[in-house]
Amino acid sequence: MSVDQDTVRRIARLARLALEEERVAPMVQELNAILAWVEQLKEVDVVGIAPLTSVVEQRLKMRDDVVTEGGNADALMANAPGGEDHFFVVPKVVE
Amino acid sequence: MALPANPTDFTLAQARDAVAGKEISSRELTAAFVKAVEAARPLNAYVTETPDRALEMAAASDARIAKGEARPLEGLPLAIKDLFCTKGVRTTAGSKILSNFVPPYESTVSQNLWDAGAVLLGKTNMDEFAMGSSNETSAYGPVVSPWQSRGSNAKLVPGGSSGGSAAAASANLCLAATATDTGGSIRQPAAVTGTVGLKPTYGRCSRWGIVAFASSLDQAGPIARTVRDAAIMLKAMASVDPKDSTSVDVPVPDYEAGLEMGVKGLRIGIPKEYRVEGAPPEIDAMWSKGADWLRAQGAKIVEVSLPHTKYALPTYYIVAPAEASSNLARYDGVRYGHRASGARDITELYEKSRAEGFGAEVRRRILIGTYVLSAGYYDAYYAHAQKLRTLILRDFTEAFKKCDVLLTPATPGPAFALGEKTSDPVSMYLNDVFTVTVNLAGLPGLAVPAGLTDEGLPLGLQLIGKAFDEATVLRVGRAIEQAANFTAKPAPWWRAP
Repeated sequence: MSVDQDTVRRIARLARLALEEERVAPMVQELNAILAWVEQLKEVDVVGIAPLTSVVEQRLKMRDDVVTEGGNADALMANAPGGEDHFFVVPKVVE
Repeated sequence: MALPANPTDFTLAQARDAVAGKEISSRELTAAFVKAVEAARPLNAYVTETPDRALEMAAASDARIAKGEARPLEGLPLAIKDLFCTKGVRTTAGSKILSNFVPPYESTVSQNLWDAGAVLLGKTNMDEFAMGSSNETSAYGPVVSPWQSRGSNAKLVPGGSSGGSAAAASANLCLAATATDTGGSIRQPAAVTGTVGLKPTYGRCSRWGIVAFASSLDQAGPIARTVRDAAIMLKAMASVDPKDSTSVDVPVPDYEAGLEMGVKGLRIGIPKEYRVEGAPPEIDAMWSKGADWLRAQGAKIVEVSLPHTKYALPTYYIVAPAEASSNLARYDGVRYGHRASGARDITELYEKSRAEGFGAEVRRRILIGTYVLSAGYYDAYYAHAQKLRTLILRDFTEAFKKCDVLLTPATPGPAFALGEKTSDPVSMYLNDVFTVTVNLAGLPGLAVPAGLTDEGLPLGLQLIGKAFDEATVLRVGRAIEQAANFTAKPAPWWRAP
């Protein structure tokens, strides 16, 4: 399988990654080189093989549904590129 | 054994005993390292140096020692890969998108080290988001290896992604360093810099507070100068952590205790599929030598088969980008990290912030990952790759019925020149051909220096163990270390004359 320019534009949009128009064609080539290389996996018959979901045999741990840490709004906001009064500020979302 | 004249030449074990025995204060030891780090800036091994904090922590350690309250790593200066969140100290993950990120919390692994008394020298450079095998994708410039080929001053890569940690350990810019390994990022740089790198079993060290790349593969471990030092570091780094749901409830043993037990009676597996075409003959020769060393010490060498080895790397390049594209979705320019200016709406804010903040290799992997997870392609790529992973794990389970530890080469060659492989992603990916299988199966792997090439560059051997059997891996590593007697050090060309 390989990707074309429209597919690359579509996945860039899905990934929310701006891709300049002049970067689209080179990216098609780069991605296709990688996809051609992983194509060899198709040689392997995987009928009846379950996908690996965990390398460790352990049941996922559950914890009590209680607040363990809280009241850290100042610390949480300290790295926000746009923040005011414990709110994240973004461009207008709803018209 | 007499201590080296220069404290930066101490091993971690020597420094531990010297500080505990009051032969040297932590302040003297730390000051020596602070000076060495400053003098080594041409290597670009550190992204952030923390000399003031280091000397404060050292003073506090000296006070504890005076009161008889020393902890296992009291007063010992370490380097921390810039992927571990350190409270109040900028943590970049090698990326522009986190260039101004100062974590309000501490990773579990680094907290464990501070709780053991260790001293922070600074944060080490790395490939952006740990994606790379040469440390050339860092937004803060490449790390230069302290090693050079005999008779040449061409700059070489230190391997990656933990290139800064490997360079710092190799050039004596710390006693040891933390690192992380998703496809070989501890073992490959350790092997090409003549250091010891240990990737523990998945679930041994907590991932909490480590910037995520591929969560089912990421694992923290040490890069150190000796096998004993790696054992000391792992003991302190590992824990059972309720903050990481994949942290496994297995008590942390004393990895130093059994180091000198020798290999008599152990069965060492040689997987025939690790003999790759086109690899330089010295790789094969080093591998045979490693088997001879262990045989001479009483181990039994057995040939084993890992039939799906050749599929490990392509499997990894589906699984890892898929998980990365998901993990890196959090960098959106809203809550932390780089934000693009002048965006007209929220979508443009996301798209521009991410395009400006991520480098070329990270963008490429996000797009591959997004593609293999997208509607209509998930089964063909991601689900298929996860089935391959089952087969790869099964290969190891079968092999370990016949042997206790596997011996393989660590890398397909020695360090290469800066810029030599950056234009072809797939040729760069091939550096991890011997290490990546271990991540897919979640097993522990150790790189140990074994010798030098004709050009004077380090080569390593890799030992792979059963899950949670780091103790045996370290014990065999110690046997190789003794037989190899690797004492070579890079000439300090980076210091001002």
